[in-house]
Amino acid sequence: MAIAIKTNDLSRTFSDDGEKKGGLFWALRDVNIEIPDGMIFGLLGPNGAGKTTLIKILSTLLLPSAGEALVAGYNVDNEYDKIRPVINMVSGGENCGYGILTVAENLWMFTQFYGIPTKPAMKRIKELLEIMNLTEKADTKINKLSTGMRQKMNFIRGFVTDPKILFLDEPTLGLDVNAARETRKFVMNWVKTAEEPKTVILTTHYMQEADEMCDRLAIIDHGKILAEDTPRSLKKQESGGISYNITVGYKDFDAEGLRKIPGVASFAHSVLDEQGMIEMVFILQTDAALAKIIEKINSDGFSINNIQKTEFTLEDAFIKLVGRRLSNGESDAR
Amino acid sequence: MSSDEIVKNLRGIWARAYVRIIGVNREPSWLIFELFFPLLPICAFAFVYKSMNAPTDYLGFVILGGAMTAIWMNVLWGMAAQFFWERESGNLTLYMLCPMSTMAVLIGMAFGSAFSTFFRVIITFLIGKFLFGVTLHVASYFWLFVTFILTIAAVFSLGMMMASFFLIYGRDAWNILTVFMEPVFFMSGFYFPVKTLGYPLGALASLIPITLGLDSMRQLAFALGPETAFLPVKTEVAILVVLTVVYLAGAKYLLNKLEYLGRREGRLTLRWQ
Repeated sequence: MAIAIKTNDLSRTFSDDGEKKGGLFWALRDVNIEIPDGMIFGLLGPNGAGKTTLIKILSTLLLPSAGEALVAGYNVDNEYDKIRPVINMVSGGENCGYGILTVAENLWMFTQFYGIPTKPAMKRIKELLEIMNLTEKADTKINKLSTGMRQKMNFIRGFVTDPKILFLDEPTLGLDVNAARETRKFVMNWVKTAEEPKTVILTTHYMQEADEMCDRLAIIDHGKILAEDTPRSLKKQESGGISYNITVGYKDFDAEGLRKIPGVASFAHSVLDEQGMIEMVFILQTDAALAKIIEKINSDGFSINNIQKTEFTLEDAFIKLVGRRLSNGESDAR
Repeated sequence: MSSDEIVKNLRGIWARAYVRIIGVNREPSWLIFELFFPLLPICAFAFVYKSMNAPTDYLGFVILGGAMTAIWMNVLWGMAAQFFWERESGNLTLYMLCPMSTMAVLIGMAFGSAFSTFFRVIITFLIGKFLFGVTLHVASYFWLFVTFILTIAAVFSLGMMMASFFLIYGRDAWNILTVFMEPVFFMSGFYFPVKTLGYPLGALASLIPITLGLDSMRQLAFALGPETAFLPVKTEVAILVVLTVVYLAGAKYLLNKLEYLGRREGRLTLRWQ
């Protein structure tokens, strides 16, 4: 199987203008990945982990500081003109296009930048508008579209050029649950049914999305790849423990103290602002540690709102590797 | 460049120009901003000349200059500052990502703007001419057309070059725009013959192609034009050609340079994670 993307000790630094003037901030450090053609490859990591930097380098928008990145066999450093015709990118919350043009006109404009003749371009736009349930908005100016509809249009823009490699950076951001589900289905189908192999590089904050869509996943934090495998293998590899989800009904509860309890292999928590609660995820070496946790919470004068033994999920694997949750207070269940 | 590449870039130029040729005209606000507002200073200066009993050709000078302000305004706000907005909206990222040359985007923007302003200048001039009863004495329609087109070409080439600068200056560019607005309105002789400023200042002002373009067109369109000439028409035409070529080459050089710098430093597209 041919290789769509390969990086060798890829690093990227930015100058740090903050406290340490003249210092360097490592956005990526010695990243080595190899992504075969025809798969959906996920990048999971908290904000500032280096996901977007990696995508920007692979999509030729940013040069590496050290190391090498090959996309479709070409070097991003000096062969970007050969890479650009075969890639495209969709980012969540994009605001691209011109409000004074209609949806169809905006999409047509972007196809022209790829040199696609108008007739086949319009045919493809029509097909994709139908798939994304946006046909009736084809002649609407995009400044009249809702955020979700605009994101659907952006999504179509990414596929309309029929790229070999597609970068999706939080693509379902701003979409409602149904639209997000349809979108995921469309991407998976696009990869599966394509005549030529298609590769998707996906970054997402939604664990379920990553679990459902990705053939392989890399977990990235502080610019380093911490683990890379199939979602199933990642869960299996990291599942050395029992996972509990405990909710305490006070958001000012000092959860950090629980980390030191013997038998707690890994721990993460997040504040659920709306409910005024704190949600904690524990990975315990033995069930015995649970009694100590309950005892500590009660002795601190707080009461447990909910306690649940859970199947080991991708999020548990993530917490074990990164040491914190992917999103604070955000619901991953979509 | 292969024929496929040329076709791809031509398609890109047309697509980007389409936004300005078709899209912008859908917003009726252009009638106010690009037609009515330029007429106000034209009327003010025309009334001053009228009250002084100046020859009607001076009213013609003012009307032509006032009509041409639309071009300069468009270059400043529609060309030079445009890449800043493109970066904010995320379009610039997509332009850099696609396989056509970024220069094609600039040319498309310039072509679209030039096409739109071409008609706006003519309409504003005709309204002013009608309002103040100005009579034209055209020495050569051919050269008048040539100087008009060359002026637009040179001014928009300058705009393309300025757009590249704005990519690195971002919001600070707003101050630069202000510096370029009123002083240029003054020095380029929009409302009086530039010869009045004297040769040293006139020569400096000639770096803005609209100065020479206006001077040539006044010489060619009005009976008193040759009396107020800064330089002979043919010399001005030759300088306009040179300025067009120099500014175009400058735009290409700067854009390549800044695109590379942007990729190296992550300043063009990367909104810090």
